[in-house]
Amino acid sequence: MSSELIPYTIEERPDTGLYNAKFGIWLFLASEVMLFGSLISSYIILRTGSVSWPVGSTILNVPMATFNTMILISSSISIVFAWASLKENNLKKFRMFMFLTILAGVAFLGIKGYEYSIKFHHHLFPSTSTFLGIYFTMTGAHALHLIGGVIVNTYMLLTSGTKFKESPQRFTNRIEVAGLYWHFVDLVWIFLFPLLYLS
Amino acid sequence: MEHHHVEHKLPFWRKYIFSTDHKVIGIQYGITALFFLLFGFCLMMLMRWQLAYPGEPLPYIGKWFGETRMPGGIMLPEFYNQLGAMHGTIMVFLGVVPLAVGAFGNFVVPLQIGAPDMAFPKLNMASYWVYFIGGVIMLASFFVPGGAAGSGWTSYPPLADIALGSAALTHWATLGEYFSKVVLSGQTLWIIGMVFLITSSLLGSVNFIVTIFQLRAPGLTFMRLPFFVWAQLVTSFLLLLAFPPLEGAGILQLMDRLAGTSFFLPSGLVVSGQQLAVSGGGNALLWQHLFWFLAHPEVYVLILPAMGIVTEIIANNIRKPIWGYKSMVYAVIFLGFMSFIVWAHHMYLTNMGTVISAFFQTTTMIISVPSIVILTCLFISLWGGSIRFNTPMLFALAFLPMFGIGGLTGLPLGLATPDIHLHDTYYVIGHFHYVVAPGTIFALFAGIYYWFPKVTGRKMNEVLGQLHFWPSLVCMNVVFMPMFIQGMAGVSRRLYDGGASYAHAEPVLYLNNVMSIAAWIMGVVQIFFIVNIIWSMFAGKKITSDNPWDATTLEWDTPSPPGHGNFTKPIEAYRGPYEYSVPGAKKDFTPQSQKEVI
Repeated sequence: MSSELIPYTIEERPDTGLYNAKFGIWLFLASEVMLFGSLISSYIILRTGSVSWPVGSTILNVPMATFNTMILISSSISIVFAWASLKENNLKKFRMFMFLTILAGVAFLGIKGYEYSIKFHHHLFPSTSTFLGIYFTMTGAHALHLIGGVIVNTYMLLTSGTKFKESPQRFTNRIEVAGLYWHFVDLVWIFLFPLLYLS
Repeated sequence: MEHHHVEHKLPFWRKYIFSTDHKVIGIQYGITALFFLLFGFCLMMLMRWQLAYPGEPLPYIGKWFGETRMPGGIMLPEFYNQLGAMHGTIMVFLGVVPLAVGAFGNFVVPLQIGAPDMAFPKLNMASYWVYFIGGVIMLASFFVPGGAAGSGWTSYPPLADIALGSAALTHWATLGEYFSKVVLSGQTLWIIGMVFLITSSLLGSVNFIVTIFQLRAPGLTFMRLPFFVWAQLVTSFLLLLAFPPLEGAGILQLMDRLAGTSFFLPSGLVVSGQQLAVSGGGNALLWQHLFWFLAHPEVYVLILPAMGIVTEIIANNIRKPIWGYKSMVYAVIFLGFMSFIVWAHHMYLTNMGTVISAFFQTTTMIISVPSIVILTCLFISLWGGSIRFNTPMLFALAFLPMFGIGGLTGLPLGLATPDIHLHDTYYVIGHFHYVVAPGTIFALFAGIYYWFPKVTGRKMNEVLGQLHFWPSLVCMNVVFMPMFIQGMAGVSRRLYDGGASYAHAEPVLYLNNVMSIAAWIMGVVQIFFIVNIIWSMFAGKKITSDNPWDATTLEWDTPSPPGHGNFTKPIEAYRGPYEYSVPGAKKDFTPQSQKEVI
């Protein structure tokens, strides 16, 4: 494979202190900040320019979202434990924590889907009002990111046996990178929750 | 390195189609982008017929376009709008940027920094194919009912929001009908295509930045990087951080069109005498802010790689160091930062207010300084050089005054008061085409002539090169200079008849014929270039050394064409990029990889 030619795929480059993928994911997250930043800016501009804007809690289900917030924060902790277990060379422990992380992601999506279905049931659609429009758009974009994260994490879990044996250091790095992404998706929700539900 | 045997084992489709080698990907980008440049230019040549001879049937080829576009060979206004919107989109997002960044960046940057490949080869491949899909979607949009997007390359709402196929205005009963009427509409496909192009450039920019930071050869410090690499680095940061807001805007417009939201539709909007049945409460100006937040940095994405290419070629052909290399580097970094806070100078005529206008015209005047620094350094570099006038150098030299005209004519547009008169006239078209067409595209031609020997092992033909250069230079100016005259006379840029129905355009109307004929001649002389490329690939003069231009930068230390892994020996940089005519040296160039001055 051509990747064997390329330096710093596993070890860190001394002057930057980073291996390639870690540098890459930070850059990617910077662009994600700009993406969600633009959506949040749009939210602010639409809200400040509107004649009437509903209080989120009167339309949206705050208890469900609070529960979802807790799930997501726990999953951020569990993916750190998953990474730490690899550092301890404990593949079994890694698998457990990674499974919990994925489970949390799926649970979040399930609850989010249930919330959506209740809204649709009450004939509350994106086209109903600008508030609902931006709610569905922002949480939808976040959910897509979460689905991406769940797919990556599942792939990591399923291939962990062979990949970890191949190169423990490289696999641990991959989990670190996946973890950084997961934390970011978590962090986006920490912004969306108060913006949409609580204010 | 012992990996050379690996490439022979790869089957054809892995080696040339789904390749992870940065050089193959660069060439793929190059060929695709050149195709799109030609295609976009053809759209314009069609429009120029309508502008020169409004309402007259296009002879010979007019009937090929069908009754829905050109009945009896006469162009319909709707088709004219589609050509205009798609010309802009294709030239910028599918032509120039992929050629400047995707092709030149991919092929040259790893070689110039002494790297075996890009940092993420598979991501690199994905970047090309995502771009390819985006291009196919854009092309396909011409063939859906109602044709391609026709709301300008800027896709301003409410016009773009409610263009044919918007969910709120379209009657559909089944999912199939929804798909064929709403999803398969020109404007919706435009947004979907853009999302692919944005994703592609995101993958590419992450890759470039990591590659430049992580894979530099030993000894190649930042102040020893060729200016081209610096330009690509800043460009990548612009792409990385400026494109996502357009993606955000695209998502919002997609929601408006697919789900019937009204992010960009204000309350009480009346269309065709009827109030629009949407919830309203949106903000049409929001799109403009998000769009220009990308599209102004995008201007620098178009121009910076061109400046980089021109710097390489000028340094090589004046046989002396670039004057003020460090100031150029600081200027390009400063320019990158500033380009994020000038976007609203495109919006003086909206109701955003004089205070905001004052802020943006100040930043706009400031950002002209670094561009002038770079251009001045290049001009002063020419002083006292023994200049070699080969084809790449001619194109590079032409870039300087052409870009200069483009830049200077931008100043009145950057000031709010003269912009009131000039906004949305042909003056604007003339201004930015001077920057991009005889500016960037000339630099890209220069780059093709300059690096062709590295790619193929053969030089391009000089005679055909000169036949390509001189008429192109003349035609470019005959096409774009009259636009300033028309614009100052107040001719709007979006008129289907080129101003024929406006009394104030009467005195400058004859220029439409002049410009159109020059554009068609320019189209014809590009044949010299196409013939040259194909002929030289197979029968061009073989180069006798891997460094045919006696250049100093690292890409000339590889075989021509470079094999898998690029360098045949470990590479190290010992000096700055442009050490030409070092005092005491026997040769007039001292390559970066050479330890001692001899």
